[in-house]
Order: sequence, then structure tokens, then C-alpha cells
Amino acid sequence: MNKKIIEIVDVIDTSQVFTELSDAHSGGICVFVGTVRDFTKGEEVVSLEFETYKKMALKEMDKIAIDAMEKWKLNKVIIRHAVGLKKVEAPVVVVGASSAHRDACFEACRYLIDTLKETVPIWKKEMFENKTVWVSAHP
Amino acid sequence: MDVLLFGIAKDIIGKSEFEVPVDDTPKSVQELKEYLIKKFPDFGKLSSFAVAVNSEYAKDDITLNGNDEIAIIPPVSGG
Repeated sequence: MNKKIIEIVDVIDTSQVFTELSDAHSGGICVFVGTVRDFTKGEEVVSLEFETYKKMALKEMDKIAIDAMEKWKLNKVIIRHAVGLKKVEAPVVVVGASSAHRDACFEACRYLIDTLKETVPIWKKEMFENKTVWVSAHP
Repeated sequence: MDVLLFGIAKDIIGKSEFEVPVDDTPKSVQELKEYLIKKFPDFGKLSSFAVAVNSEYAKDDITLNGNDEIAIIPPVSGG
């Protein structure tokens, strides 16, 4: 089985991730799931729309997974992001890692999501009742 | 030269690809950024404005070639 899973998908099934990261040499699995929140700065969010430059995004996600595997002793790593229109509570990103001991997978999991947010070319548009906003576009 | 556009960059120009006229063809990433900010001042208002050449982030001094795949990368917001 693959040591790393890097994917951009239309719909995320969060029930797969345990099996995907499960590993005989691992004593711990740490997973972060990012989901759609209903409020931003006091305004009700109806949905989020994600788009990506897929070819580049997959490359950048792969770099993050490789970096994490160099920094920590990990057995498996997953970075999976969804694109398209997502309703409140929908999962939009899953990152995780398995390792012999918990410290490595906890630290790696945080690194995976924090770095993804900085470098991977994926864009999120917040849809409010009567306007849409590209997140982080303006200072 | 064709430039791929995503996110707010697509909204600023109003389409998903922009063709830079032959006479204006920029030689470097820096020149492309300057050209776009001059033509579409809204690019200058973004929190960041990066360019990818052949699907890798490209520094300002990178030279552009006719067959490169060039994309504008406005501030990313995945996760």
C-alpha cells in the first residue's frame, strides 16, 4: 500500500481515513478534518466554493508530504482536498499521518494543514446571503 | 503568451485565460507582473501576487519562454 496519498476530489468520505493510515508499525494515527463553518466575522456563510490549479496543487501537496516524512518518522501520510461547492458542515480537507509514537503524528498533522494553507494553489470563495468574497484576497 | 487565471485573478480580468498581445510579451516574471498591474490595477490591491511557471512558484527574475505554462497565483486560501 502507498505510503502517501495525495488527492484532489469532488467529495470527501471521512470514513476512509482510518483504514488508509492504519499500519502495523504505527501506534498512533492523527487526523485533521477541515469543515465549512456557518459564520465569518459575524456574517452567515451559506456555502463555500473551492477551485484549484490542480496540476500545481498536487505537486505542492506532494512536496508537503515529502517534507513531513523527512522531518518526522512517519509510516503513512494523507493530504486530500475537496473542490466545488460545499455546504455548511461538509468536510473540505483531510490531512493525517501514522507513526510508531504519537508525538510524530501530532506534530506532522499540524505541519500538513498549516503548510497546505500557505502554499497549495486552492482558492476558497465564501458565499453569503447577498455577496461572495474570495478569502484572504485583500489585506 | 497565454496566462492561466484562478480565483480572484479570474474575476479581475473576467475570464480564465488571458492572452498577452505579442507586442507586450514580457521577458520575465517581474515584467509580467508589472504589465498586469498596469493594465489591471486591481492586481496591485491583492495581499500577494505570485506567478507560477510550468506549475512551480517562480521568482521575479525567472525568464519566460513562449512554450512555458504560466499562471497567476492570487493569495491562496485552501483548507
